[in-house]
Amino acid sequence: MREKATTLYIGPQHPGITGNMMVRLKVEGDTIVKAATEVGYLHRSFEKLIEKRNWLQSFTLLCRFCVPEPDPVEESYARAVEMIEGREVPERAKYIRVLVLELARIGSYLLWYGGQSGSLGLYTVGQWSVGDRNYILDLFEALTGARVYHMYIWPGGVRRDFPKGFEKKVIDTMDYLEKRLDDYDDLMFDNAIFKKRTKGVGIIDKEKAVEWGVVGPPLRGCGIRSDIRIDDPYEIYDKLDFIVPVEEGGDIWTRALVRRQEIRQSIRIIRQVIDNIPGGEYYNKVPNPQKWALPKGDAYARTEAVRGEVGMYLSSDGSINPRRAHFKGAAYVHAITLLEHLLVGENLADVAAIMNSLGTCPPEIER
Amino acid sequence: MSFDLKGTLKPLTALKQFGKKPHTLTNVPFIPREAADRYRGLHYNNLDECIGCGNCSTICQNQAIDMIPVDGIEGKNGDSGLRPRVDHGRCCWCGLCVDVCPTGSLSLTKDYVYVSEDADSFLWTPGVDNPEGDERVSFFSTKETSLNDLGRIPMPELEGMERIKSFAEVVLGYNEEQARAEASRCISCGLCTEACPEHMHIPEYINAIAGGNDEDAVRIIYDNNPLPEMCGKVCTRRCEDICAIAHRGDPIAIRWLKRYATETVENADLLKEIINPEIKEPNGFKVGIIGAGPSGLTAAYYLALKGFDCTIYEANSKAGGMTMYGIPRYRFPEDSLDKQIEYIQKIGVRIHFNTKVGKDISFVEVYHNYDAVFMGVGFPKPWTLGIEGEELHGSIQAVNFLYEINNGKKIDIGDKVIVIGGGNVAIDAARVSARLGADVTILYRRRVQDMPADWEEIEGAEAEGIHIISQAIPIQFHGDEKRHITTVEYLKAEMEPDEHGGRPKPIAIEGSNTVIEVTAVLGAIGQQGDYSFLEEEFDKKVKIERGRIVVNEKQETTLNKLFAGGDSANRTADAISAIADGYRAVKGIEELLMKGK
Repeated sequence: MREKATTLYIGPQHPGITGNMMVRLKVEGDTIVKAATEVGYLHRSFEKLIEKRNWLQSFTLLCRFCVPEPDPVEESYARAVEMIEGREVPERAKYIRVLVLELARIGSYLLWYGGQSGSLGLYTVGQWSVGDRNYILDLFEALTGARVYHMYIWPGGVRRDFPKGFEKKVIDTMDYLEKRLDDYDDLMFDNAIFKKRTKGVGIIDKEKAVEWGVVGPPLRGCGIRSDIRIDDPYEIYDKLDFIVPVEEGGDIWTRALVRRQEIRQSIRIIRQVIDNIPGGEYYNKVPNPQKWALPKGDAYARTEAVRGEVGMYLSSDGSINPRRAHFKGAAYVHAITLLEHLLVGENLADVAAIMNSLGTCPPEIER
Repeated sequence: MSFDLKGTLKPLTALKQFGKKPHTLTNVPFIPREAADRYRGLHYNNLDECIGCGNCSTICQNQAIDMIPVDGIEGKNGDSGLRPRVDHGRCCWCGLCVDVCPTGSLSLTKDYVYVSEDADSFLWTPGVDNPEGDERVSFFSTKETSLNDLGRIPMPELEGMERIKSFAEVVLGYNEEQARAEASRCISCGLCTEACPEHMHIPEYINAIAGGNDEDAVRIIYDNNPLPEMCGKVCTRRCEDICAIAHRGDPIAIRWLKRYATETVENADLLKEIINPEIKEPNGFKVGIIGAGPSGLTAAYYLALKGFDCTIYEANSKAGGMTMYGIPRYRFPEDSLDKQIEYIQKIGVRIHFNTKVGKDISFVEVYHNYDAVFMGVGFPKPWTLGIEGEELHGSIQAVNFLYEINNGKKIDIGDKVIVIGGGNVAIDAARVSARLGADVTILYRRRVQDMPADWEEIEGAEAEGIHIISQAIPIQFHGDEKRHITTVEYLKAEMEPDEHGGRPKPIAIEGSNTVIEVTAVLGAIGQQGDYSFLEEEFDKKVKIERGRIVVNEKQETTLNKLFAGGDSANRTADAISAIADGYRAVKGIEELLMKGK
């Protein structure tokens, strides 16, 4: 006898999702036969709002594109503006930007530790990693004046220089984190439950991944080395020594392994930045923001975020506001095209874990 | 799958964490965690430094800031009297308001805990409601981090010693690129509009220039000033003294921008085409105007636009008054004025030149022939020093000297000239003398910083090699047997602070007599009115106090249908105040004549 299909909903409020999004599932028993992502709970019309603001006023919006990791969006916007205007950015500012981007990457991955393990019932890791993320937020607070919404990277450079003693604080935090990562390994990657629940689950087909435009750790977890930081280096990434980890397999486990190694690479980058940062200016000041008009032109600047490639397209008609702003996010592909496909045939209990492993970010999808 | 022994045991190592110190702060929330030194928390505003320019409110895209009056803070010149009120329920702590604050008064503090169930209580005025906030300031702007453009685009000028070779215009004017860049520094706060006697629409025309719409700028400027090119070159520009940006940097070059906009129009025909003024149908009223100075021309222009028939009587052969005959050509070339006068004539204003009221036509005739009369007769008579030897040859009044030079006459001043005074006329006379080849020294009773002259004029004079002897009070001129002046004797002075807070007073030091050799002395200690043209019957009816005609807020004198303005009616005695008088008189005359129509 055929089992009767039931419709279930994950979201729009769900602790495993950073923001509001719903997945409508059709299940037969424990098995998913159909999945449909439904968004529309979080639309704030950011791109349209940016058109109404001058070139410096949008930063309150940019950092809210993706709350766990706001800085890549700020950076891509700032760089697109600089590309249109041809504005030089001081070398020191580029180093500081990379430091901020990598700190944000670490912070975001620490949050992911919590989400990924929590979705499998392993709550202790999440408590540790979110606690440790606070040390990253402390660094942000000291550098930018805010813990989450930094609004720090902006056209021409960064907003303020290092506070006194900041370099040491960064290195101390990195030393601490490096030790802590071993504890996470014990608790998560060496954990029989974690291994059993993630290996062979949510497998992305390598060819399909390229076809659909999957980016970031989900793509690297399929064995494809793709990272904007090396494919199209920006800021000072071409001067840094780091590797982009790749794992074959395409399941939750390999995606987790990629992220696990990336944290260590980020720490490596941060140490290089602190060792090599030059002195000098940190900001090539922009003119009076009220009357600052960019020349006609457009630009697309792309940045590697934890979710993968994100990018900001800006178009200027020569006035004090952008003519058009368009953001290319990674989460749309991951949470809609990919997720809907990936969930079919999976177990209901694994939905949250799969979703987390893809780096879905509803505020970025809708913006 | 086989049993994973390692995977089962490893997680148990977490138990070792029991022996470690907790991460969490145990006293939170009872004692809030101390924020970082750069934290962006609740606002604080230094109320004394704040000028209420509203730039914080303009930049805020959350509409979290509005400007409100605050008890105990009066609006004054350069201070709107308003202070920012922040809705802390809307604020998202980006700190742009801090970075664009031109005075640096607004800052963010380390305070971040505020809890209330009353949503309205999140709306409060920083500095007023948290006076203790100044000790907690953490995020502030400095000159370095400020988002204001503090540096002025330098004005191209003739080099100092090159200037005194001729009467060529010293200031060369901005080119298009420079003007756009300078205009782009403006934050459009509008404090300047309040400070301008004529309340010109400064932010509006600067915006037009910044946006590349020079013709719009010209139209906006002509809205209430028919002599803008003159103002663009020689205005006393009190707008720039109180410019918000001047608190930390150079004020916006408002005067030079006005000059730029008006100079883009080459001649009067083009001016008329661009402004394309709406001239009302003649209303049948005739207005007579005495004196074609700034106030008279302004009244005539705006009255003509309103359909009045305007006739100006001017004693000299050219219009412009003191701006024509008192300001040297290197500051204000003649053709520049001609263009503006020609345009005013083009819209229907008649000017009778070489017609002095009281000589060529009587005042009584003018008064009876017109429905209303406006009088802008200026201060033509110089004050004298009242010291011995002032009647000697070579002792000349600076205004007379400038008048003759501007008329193309030659005056022999020799090679060693002393100018007495510290106002713009003194500096003008000194710089003209330098152009005639003389070695020039200015004697002034007070200190250089007390000089009423424009600071740029003082700097210009110094660049041209003019010496300034400050704190020097002349007491006598000595002459030779031909009664020609040979030396000036003066006493040095020390400064005594004024108990009422005014400028310090110079007190002569007995026995400090110093003598300088001269070939000419130019006195420039001020001018006064000459009302001898008023016939006896009017002389009593027109009230004159301390040399100035008494007028009300509509520039109406004590005599029916007689209005007055300019130097002879206002104490400020500069061109822009005269223009403001003329503009006010237009409203007064219109009200008087058009009553009931």
